[in-house]
Amino acid sequence: MFESLSERLNKSFQSIRGRGRLTEDNVQATLREVRMALLEADVALPVVKDFVARIRERAVGSEVTTSVTPGQALVKIVNDELTDLLGSSNSELDLRVKPPAVILMAGLQGSGKTTTTGKLAAHLKQSRKQSVLVVSTDVYRPAAIDQLEKVASDVGVDFHPSESKQKPKKIAVEARDAARKGLYDVLIVDTAGRLGIDDAMMAEISSLHETLAPVETLFVVDAMTGQDAANTAKAFGDALPLTGVILTKVDGDARGGAALSVRQITGRPIKFMGTGEKLDALEPFHPDRVASRILGMGDVVSLVENAEQKVDQDKAEKLAKKLKKGKSFDLEDMAEQLRQMQQMGGINALMEKMPAGAQMPKGMMGAADDKQVGRMLAMVNSMTPKEKAFPDLIRASRKRRIAAGSGTEVQDINRLLKQHQQMKKMMKKFSKGGMNKMMRAMQSQMGNQGGNQLPPGMGR
Amino acid sequence: MAKSKSNTIKQPGFLTRLRASLNRGNSWLTYDLRNLLPGETVDQDALDELESRLLTADLGVDATTRIMERVQSLFDGGRITTREQLANELKAPMLDVLRQVERPLDVTRESGPFVLLVAGVNGVGKTTTIGKLARKYVDAGYSVMLAAGDTFRAGAVEQLTQWGERNGVPVVAQSSGADAASVAYDAYARAAARGVDILIADTAGRLHTQGNLMGELAKVKRVLGKQDTSAPHETMLVVDATTGGNALSQARSFHESVGLTGLTVTKLDGTAAGGVVFAIAETMGLPIRFIGVGEATEDLDVFDAERFVDALFK
Ligand SMILES: Nc1nc2c(ncn2[C@@H]2O[C@H](COP(=O)(O)OP(=O)(O)OP(=O)(O)O)[C@@H](O)[C@H]2O)c(=O)[nH]1
Ligand SMILES: Nc1nc2c(ncn2[C@@H]2O[C@H](COP(=O)(O)OP(=O)(O)OP(=O)(O)O)[C@@H](O)[C@H]2O)c(=O)[nH]1
Ligand SMILES: [Mg+2]
Ligand SMILES: [Mg+2]
Repeated sequence: MFESLSERLNKSFQSIRGRGRLTEDNVQATLREVRMALLEADVALPVVKDFVARIRERAVGSEVTTSVTPGQALVKIVNDELTDLLGSSNSELDLRVKPPAVILMAGLQGSGKTTTTGKLAAHLKQSRKQSVLVVSTDVYRPAAIDQLEKVASDVGVDFHPSESKQKPKKIAVEARDAARKGLYDVLIVDTAGRLGIDDAMMAEISSLHETLAPVETLFVVDAMTGQDAANTAKAFGDALPLTGVILTKVDGDARGGAALSVRQITGRPIKFMGTGEKLDALEPFHPDRVASRILGMGDVVSLVENAEQKVDQDKAEKLAKKLKKGKSFDLEDMAEQLRQMQQMGGINALMEKMPAGAQMPKGMMGAADDKQVGRMLAMVNSMTPKEKAFPDLIRASRKRRIAAGSGTEVQDINRLLKQHQQMKKMMKKFSKGGMNKMMRAMQSQMGNQGGNQLPPGMGR
Repeated sequence: MAKSKSNTIKQPGFLTRLRASLNRGNSWLTYDLRNLLPGETVDQDALDELESRLLTADLGVDATTRIMERVQSLFDGGRITTREQLANELKAPMLDVLRQVERPLDVTRESGPFVLLVAGVNGVGKTTTIGKLARKYVDAGYSVMLAAGDTFRAGAVEQLTQWGERNGVPVVAQSSGADAASVAYDAYARAAARGVDILIADTAGRLHTQGNLMGELAKVKRVLGKQDTSAPHETMLVVDATTGGNALSQARSFHESVGLTGLTVTKLDGTAAGGVVFAIAETMGLPIRFIGVGEATEDLDVFDAERFVDALFK
């Protein structure tokens, strides 16, 4: 349905292929394509205009290396800038105040505030061992309070009862007192959905903010939002000193341009994203994933998550155990990962599973070649068990032997070893974290094995 | 069963209310078209600004490009010089598109309940729209029953139940976690036995990308069809006006999975201009039945192309 940005850009650059430099002239038409691509991805127009100006500044005059087309070079600039603007990944909630730390939820109707209240409560309880109390000040929508009560009991946190006859402010004060008395670490205050242009309701939430002096004021926004994200983010940002944003419903196929709009307009970090209706479907925000989705280059990481079920869990667990014991990730382990990836149908099969809105341009398929994976396996197969276990042994003469044995070049061996190093580093980082996280990271690293020929944003 | 009541329910205050809310939102053309062109003449800057306005209204790149190409060529040919001409040239093609989808829901039936199945992605306003519809039809003299088909989301049954109580209409519900199709089956049997005119079935919000959930929705539809081969008589998708390009993807997927017969657009009282209406109307031609303009019971209106476009331009 959508043309990916890279496809668009390559097309517009076709006439000037081979020229080594991006100039004011040759980026002009292309920047129009960038503008269109961002608009198609629902980035708000004023934000698009700003963004395109920044790209122009960064692109004009920059050199294009011979290995990529000017289109690809510009895609990389766009992707980098976008990832930059979307912010650093994972900014946790800041709860360093005298307890109870109050979190205030705000947003439009139906954006996911109540569900996210439950998700945050579960997260704080499980990952941060906090005692959490939740309360609803939504006295307007039918059964809004019942909904939060049910959600709280599902995640096993305490619920402070309220009634639709009460005034929101009174509920808030009572809940805060109860949280103090009950020695809770955190109080999360759910609010009714409201429009940014509803002055009375915006005044109400400002006053709740004043009363509660929350340490976190979170703006909850639906990832499917279109141009209106700009108006709404502005209105909420003006009415409340927001501390962060939560992007919900990322599990759909929306291009998610609202993420950039809201990030830019509020100037606040996107802290989490909601990835499902279930109360554990909350993840730290991943700017790289959202960036590649906005650009229509597919979201390899999410893809891999889908394919994850196919991964041999036994072998994965064995590996995890081994890493936990402090043994390092060797070349045999890496080969095992490559084999599993082949089992999932290889990179190209994964690519084909990408959402319609995010198809890989034909040319790029080749870069992420399944042949590469085959060659990497051949290289590992040409090593002795000792070499696989102790990659440091592999010096010049061994490299030559392995290259000859696998029909590759020494520089391929070098690249393989470098990739192994990177993965090993990552393994260390993840060996403490959950299995899923680790598998995901490994698989996505595999997607990156084509080295710098890969389109940016793909292999994260 | 004689049903002589008019099947389109119009409210006199609609235009005023819609325009008021649109103006409140500094809506795209209402406000800007006047400020866009301080003098009477139209220049290229005005056209560029207009393009921005269309994009900002979520009309989408495709529709905007098409409209602008047309307006541009008229402008270049000297056929648009005044702002009134510009407004008319914009209005005409939009009206063409919207008139084709202006087909109000006809709930007349010879016998048996008219079954209205409501579906859509999470949080768009399905349950609220059902509450408003119940009131509309009760006021128009129909007997109405609601089916609490969202057995998944916390508090969903209670929410619909409260809407039932507000409007004095019965709500058929099972326990949370029950099979949605079984609720629908049960509700139809009761509606038929009671001689109810209109049965409106709520369903859980679901993303159109979730194959299993779309399958579940198709099953609800099949179960209804088993009891009355012509049911559901309306399968209505609810779309949130704040949604961007994804709305089109939603409409396509739901249509593929369950076969839609109508559309309702909610939350038009906010700052969203609801350009999705155009995109979906253009590509799918699905009838637009109602528009939601607020959270209160009375904030629902029959979609009217002329009034809609008028409200945008006056
Ligand atoms: N697929 C998906 N659905 C979500 C997510 N977050 C929330 N939802 C669903 O979105 C709908 C609305 O969520 P709520 O939590 O009720 O939203 P709210 O902002 O509290 O709504 P109001 O209080 O009515 O303004 C529900 O059906 C939720 O299950 C998400 O990350 N993914
Ligand atoms: N401003 C405004 N809010 C609306 C409108 N229609 C619904 N809402 C609000 O949107 C929120 C979600 O509405 P629901 O009816 O619960 O939506 P739903 O589609 O049933 O949600 P799920 O069942 O969770 O998928 C509620 O806060 C409603 O009050 C409308 O036309 N305008
Ligand atoms: Mg809520
Ligand atoms: Mg509902």
